[in-house]
Amino acid sequence: MKQSTKGTGIWSVLAIPIMLWTAVPLLWMLSLSLKSADDLANKDASILGNFWPKDPTIENYQLIFSGGASELFMPALRNSLIVCLLATLISVVLAMFCAYAISRLEFKGKKMILVTALAVSFFPVVAMVTPLFEIWSKTGLFDTIPGLVIPYLALTLPLSIWTMSAFFQQIPWEMEQAAQVDGASSWQAFHKVIVPLAAPGVFTTAIITFFIAWNDFVFAISLTSDQARTVPAALAFFTGASQFEQPTGAIMAASVIVTIPVVILVLLFQRRIVAGLTSGAVKG
Amino acid sequence: MSASTPTRERAKGGKTRLSDRSRSEQHLGWKLAMPAFVVMVLVTGYPILQAVWNSFFAYRLTDPENRRFVGLNNYLVSFTDQVFWSAMWMTILVTVITVIVELVLGFIIALVMHRIVIPRKTLRTLVLIPYSIITVVSGFTWLFAFQTGTGFVNQWIQWMPGIDANYNWFGGFWSSLFVISLSEIWKTTPFMSLLLLAGLAQVDSSMEEAAKVDGASWWQVLIKVILPSMKAAVMVALLFRTLDAFRIFDNIFIMTGGANDTSSLSMLIYRQTIDRTEIGLGSALSVILFLCVLIIAAVFVKAFKVDLAEGRG
Repeated sequence: MKQSTKGTGIWSVLAIPIMLWTAVPLLWMLSLSLKSADDLANKDASILGNFWPKDPTIENYQLIFSGGASELFMPALRNSLIVCLLATLISVVLAMFCAYAISRLEFKGKKMILVTALAVSFFPVVAMVTPLFEIWSKTGLFDTIPGLVIPYLALTLPLSIWTMSAFFQQIPWEMEQAAQVDGASSWQAFHKVIVPLAAPGVFTTAIITFFIAWNDFVFAISLTSDQARTVPAALAFFTGASQFEQPTGAIMAASVIVTIPVVILVLLFQRRIVAGLTSGAVKG
Repeated sequence: MSASTPTRERAKGGKTRLSDRSRSEQHLGWKLAMPAFVVMVLVTGYPILQAVWNSFFAYRLTDPENRRFVGLNNYLVSFTDQVFWSAMWMTILVTVITVIVELVLGFIIALVMHRIVIPRKTLRTLVLIPYSIITVVSGFTWLFAFQTGTGFVNQWIQWMPGIDANYNWFGGFWSSLFVISLSEIWKTTPFMSLLLLAGLAQVDSSMEEAAKVDGASWWQVLIKVILPSMKAAVMVALLFRTLDAFRIFDNIFIMTGGANDTSSLSMLIYRQTIDRTEIGLGSALSVILFLCVLIIAAVFVKAFKVDLAEGRG
């Protein structure tokens, strides 16, 4: 790509406000999680206009891992992991077969499947809450793990299908035949040639799918009460030491904890995530 | 023409006759694609049909004995309710504000990412993080930032008229709307900029150069060359975000809980269904929301000629 170097200076300067705009709320989240309850409303205990605590404390983290808020947070964290991993696994496996068919085989209805996936992804999920709440209440699926995994498939499948199809379109499938011509068995050819080529796309799709499930609040708050509650829903029900005290520190400590894995994944796989996010939407 | 060539690279007009091979391919294709397709249609199709059916009944979950057919009454009740129209107004306002701001901001960020060479990777990482953060977490972070007494925003902008350390951002409709939109924008602008960045990458740079040689200013190049060739990418990004913003729920629930008329349509559905167990009314609202989304999508596809399946299968 040809870049005219003229003017890059101005663009780099413009990058500074963008970085600040992104970073300030993240730092604020961290800062609040390190403030003690007494320092929250006490401006003198913080620097930079109430922004950063003068003496950071980890008491909020103790609160959510072993203290009063742990009874709410730890099960929610476990539920979140189980529900999101299950939904991701089912979505990715189903979408893998589907995307393979779409990108490699000629069959009628290919376009219909892609358009259906798109229509489902535009579907307002809140509109599913009322019927699901009613059906789940009758069938005993309310407040259970499967009761969340099922609607999460509606959130995750369309994107999995689109993203994985886009990745699979770019695989040189002929290499499998070439390997077979060279004397490899069909299993060897698949195992040695196709799997390494397809793995990055499958993996990236799994990450994006996991993000979507991890982020859900609508189903989590509507279809659970306490047994199957996930982190986003649990955060909305955190209570402070007394009824009149908002548990700001505990909420932000929990927020930092659930944000860390996401940030690590982004740091490690940003290039792929970007490719995955844009390939499904933009012709590429 | 072996079956293994990717469809995109298939030669034009290279339709093979329906041999045994292609017939078995048809079967295999359907077999592989079927499970995902069926699950998708069942998981979304069944609830929406159930919602349509239930919307014709007066039906409270706590009182199933009194379930009775009332025709279109639930819709009438909704349309004559002041609360419904205020939620509709809020939903449309949030959608229009966030989508427009995100488009402008996203485009600026995309241009910066497109142009800078040195810290591009850092910038991309930073921009991706808000998008990957749980919406509820973003909502809480901004809520606490604007909170009276404990937040930092009032401390930072006390030089502005009417703002002091005790200014209550959640005391009225417009200031609440501002903070809700801000959280929404902070989280989703990255998605917009990534889509637009992908669109920018497809702009023919030789046309840019030619325009520059002809003495066009940077601004003219942007308007005359870059934007027209990005129309498709912009439209797709707009459609995705408009439909997404129209479903706004998480930020409102966390920040205001719907106080000061800040409830959206989604919030209304939640209140009717979960708080009041009014399955009939909740279902009618769900159908209305579903139709709104359908209309928006149809307008985009018909009026703006957004071709979503272009370049595929």
